[in-house]
This record gives sequence, structure tokens and C-alpha cells, in this order.
Amino acid sequence: MNDFKEISLNGLWKNNPALTQLLGLCPLLAVTGSVVNALGLGIATIAVLVGSNLSVSLIRHRVSDAVRLPAFVMIIASFTTCAELLMQAYTFELYQILGIFIPLIVTNCAILGRADAFASRNPVLPSLVDGLMMGVGFTAVLLAVGAMRELLGAGTLFANMHLLFGEIARGWELTIIPDYSGFLVAVLPPGAFLAAGFLIALKNFIDAELKRRADLRKQPVVRGSKRVKTTTVIGS
Amino acid sequence: MQPITSPHAHSKNSTANVMQLVLLATLPGLIALTHFFGPGTLYNIVLASITAVACEAAILKLRNRPVAFYLRDYSALVTAVLLGLALPPYCPWWVVVVGTSTAIIIAKHLYGGLGYNPFNPAMVGYVVLLISFPVEMTQWAAPRAILEEGQSLMGPVSALARIWLETPVDAYSGATPLDLFKHLDGQTVRQVYDGEALFREGRWAGAGWEWVNLGFLTGGLFLLYRKVFTWHTPVSMLVALGVMAAPFYDGGSSASGGSPLFHWLSGGTMLGAFFIATDPVTSATSRRGKLIFGATIGVTIYVIRNWGNYPDAVAFAVLLMNFAAPFIDYYTVPRSYGHAKARPGRGTP
Repeated sequence: MNDFKEISLNGLWKNNPALTQLLGLCPLLAVTGSVVNALGLGIATIAVLVGSNLSVSLIRHRVSDAVRLPAFVMIIASFTTCAELLMQAYTFELYQILGIFIPLIVTNCAILGRADAFASRNPVLPSLVDGLMMGVGFTAVLLAVGAMRELLGAGTLFANMHLLFGEIARGWELTIIPDYSGFLVAVLPPGAFLAAGFLIALKNFIDAELKRRADLRKQPVVRGSKRVKTTTVIGS
Repeated sequence: MQPITSPHAHSKNSTANVMQLVLLATLPGLIALTHFFGPGTLYNIVLASITAVACEAAILKLRNRPVAFYLRDYSALVTAVLLGLALPPYCPWWVVVVGTSTAIIIAKHLYGGLGYNPFNPAMVGYVVLLISFPVEMTQWAAPRAILEEGQSLMGPVSALARIWLETPVDAYSGATPLDLFKHLDGQTVRQVYDGEALFREGRWAGAGWEWVNLGFLTGGLFLLYRKVFTWHTPVSMLVALGVMAAPFYDGGSSASGGSPLFHWLSGGTMLGAFFIATDPVTSATSRRGKLIFGATIGVTIYVIRNWGNYPDAVAFAVLLMNFAAPFIDYYTVPRSYGHAKARPGRGTP
């Protein structure tokens, strides 16, 4: 149980593919102009990642080391093609908007990385959880960047969600800033770099702060001792 | 007391000193802008300066740097003034605030502050605004000379209303000479110069604009005289722009891209040549490097002005060459004393 908790924490935060491993940056930067684009690509990536981790883990004893990478890539490519065909069938408009970046899921290093580093060395269930959590961690970052860019660029959130969820979702659009003329640079590629950069900085800041507090707590307080501020080292 | 060992020659030029000289040198151009286009530029500069100083102080505080020490080097103020001069007069207040805070926070301090920024902060602010708010950024005030009978330049109060409340005043804004010349490409040059008030009222390159550029040229020559920078960058940039313009200009058709004089005296040419491209942090270092740096900026300006989608190109050209400056430096390492010849790229670790 503890193992799964560790795997989940790894995927969602500590070893997040987008914020720590810095993998899969190409789709992260390219398609996160709005929440719906980010979510569409995120879901596709989760599906491929879970599927590939599962299959790789199943065949891990049968594939020799020499040919493992081509085999993994073939598996990932098959799942990507499935995801692509499914999106073409059910969310055609979004499929057209995301364009080349759906087939390019194959080249997302985060997926091959998990297959080689985790799924090929672990049993099925942990691999499944790892794939899911890495995928969710990646999608969360996609969503955060997408939301930042959509909000700054157009003043809305969740616009065009019907592309993904059908007609019910037409009313989901929130106009956060009415009469907004739009900060175009947020929607253009530089906005993606800036948003991702700020998110990485935020994560590093939070990690540093957590570490600082943990270190403080670790210092043993001796009964009766007084806190002394050391300004110089005596006798050095 | 004279030091006994070298260096024996000492320069009094501190950063603050140089920056004050630059501020002083923008005066002729600023006076021309205010005379021909009204008080809009003054408001731009005031607003940009307040924003810049506030952002600089806040970020320095966040970075645990001495605030007063860095504010006293005037570098934030220079960025603000250059951006204020480049922005269209009477543009809404939030345009100025967004541009200046982008310049100071993102282009300067995220890269490590003064001396570490690879791109010219004022130009980053300008380009972010240009691609984000194309409507506000391409409306330039009409110069004094072409206003109709009974109209006069905006007074200080109506200008304030325009900036803060965005009251629409269409009659006061229009295209710049560069913009106009580019879009009137089915006529002869004579027709354009006689037909359009903006050109008819001017002598060489459009009413008002030529004097603004001559103003910045004067300020630039003053800086050159005070040895704030060497002649290499501005001269090579202007020569390259002229050399590019001359063969493509046929004197007859207005589709042929404007004479060298027109290109020298319109848009941001002189501001760019003497105040932007000469930024010591973001330009090439050696003399040969500066010649290449300036010349490529000149060529790029002409290419974007003539064949690109934007009417002016100084900001884009400077930023593109800021990218290339380390590369240029790599291949133009000067020969060091005692060596037979320079060893490009190997002299530095």
C-alpha cells in the first residue's frame, strides 16, 4: 500500500514528468493555448501511458534487452494510433485543432521513459498505477498552463468544452474578465514558455520551503537550552 | 593619490554617470516628439518611469538585493524612457504599464538583472506590446502640420483623458510615414509625396518624423562625443540600411521601398541606431563584432520593413541580433597583445 502511495506521489509531484523530468515539453508548449486543448491532449496521453505501461510490464520477461526499445516504441505507437482514431471518431473538431500533436505522442519521452525505467522492471499493478499517476501529473501541468494562458490571453476559462464533452458542455464557459481585449502574447508560443517557467519556479520554491521547514523540525531542541544566533565561528 | 601600479588611467564613467548622459541625450528627440505630436510622449515617459522604478524596487526587494544602490544607477529609468519614447503617444495607460513591467521584471530581472540580460529590456517590452495589442500599437498621433483647420494638438488635459479613460479621438491618430508608404504601392513616389499631407508637409521623410529622427541623431552624436559608445555600431547600422535601400529604390514607383534618406529619417531608425543597438550589455563586444552586429541590424531592418508584415522593424531586428551577439563575439575575439593572431572561440573558457 505504501508502495502505491510512493508511486503516486512520485508521478504527481516529486518526479512530475513536466515539472521535474522536463519531458514532453513539446506538446506542453505547443497545444496549451486553452483548457480544452490541454485536457484533450492530456487524456490522450494518460490513455497511451497507462496502456503502454501495462503492455510493457506484461511482456517484460519475454523481450530481450537488445530489442527492448524498438519493441516499446512499437507498443506506444499502436496505442497512440488507437487514441488518434478514437479522437478522430468522437471529438473530430478537437482532433483537427490538436493536429500533428496527437501522433507526436509517440515521441513523448515521458512515455518511453516510464516504459523503460519503470514498467519493464516492475509487476503489472504498480506499472499501471505509475502510468496513471505520471499521466495525471502531466495532465495537471498541461491544464495549469492551459488555464493560465486562456485566462491571460482571452479572459475566459473552459471555453469550447463542447469539443470534448458534447453539447452539455457549451454552457461551461466562464468569462472571468468581461470586455477583455486579450493579451495575445499569452496565447502565442512565448506565453507557453513563460507559463511553464513560472510553474517550474513555483514548484522549486515550494520544495525549497518544505525542505527548509523539515530541516528546522529535525534540529533537536535540548531541554533548557537557549536559542543562540551564530554570527561568526569562534576560533577559526 | 596616484596608484603606483597599473592601470594608471582611470575613467570617471560609472554606470549612473553613463545612464544620466543617455537620459540627457534623449532630450532633443523628446522635444521634437512633444513639439510635433503633443504631450503624449511626456505622459508615456512619466508613467513608464513610475512603473519601472516601482517594479525594480519590488523585484530587488524580492531578490534580497540592496534597493537604493541599484535604483541609483538609473538603468531602470533609461529602460523606461526608451520605451516611453518608442510607444505611440496617447496610447492607453495599461499599455505603458504592461510594457514597462514586462521589460523590467521579465526581460531584466528574471535573467539576473543589469548586466545579465541577453535582450534589450525596452525592446522586449515593445515587442510584447506590439504582438499583443496590435490595434493600440499601430495608431500614431497625427503631427501638428497635417491637422485640419481649427484643430490643434491635444492639450495636457484632453491628453490625460485620452490616456486614462480612452476617449476615442479618431481625427488625431493615423498611420506613420513608413506604414503609409508601404501601403500606397500602386503610385509613383511623386504622387505619394504630393498627395499625402503627411509627406507634403514634410521635407524628406514625413512631417514631424524627420525632425524626431534628427533630434535623436543629435543626441546620439553628443553621446559619441562624450565617448559613451564607439562609432562602430550606429555607423555600420545606418550604412547597411542605406546600402540595402539604395539599390531597391528606383525613384519612381512607390512599390520600390523608399530612398535611403527616407529610411534613415523615419520610424525608429535613429533611436535604434544610437540608443538601442549601442546597449553595452546586449550588443557584441569587440570592434569588429560591433561592425557586424550593427550591419546585420541594418540589413534586417530593411528586410522586415520592406518585405515583412510590420511597418517598422527596429525592435525585431535588435532582438534578433541580441540572439546572435554571443555567436558574433565567439568569432570576433580580438588578437591579444603578444599573440600573432586571434584564436576565435578558444581564448575564452
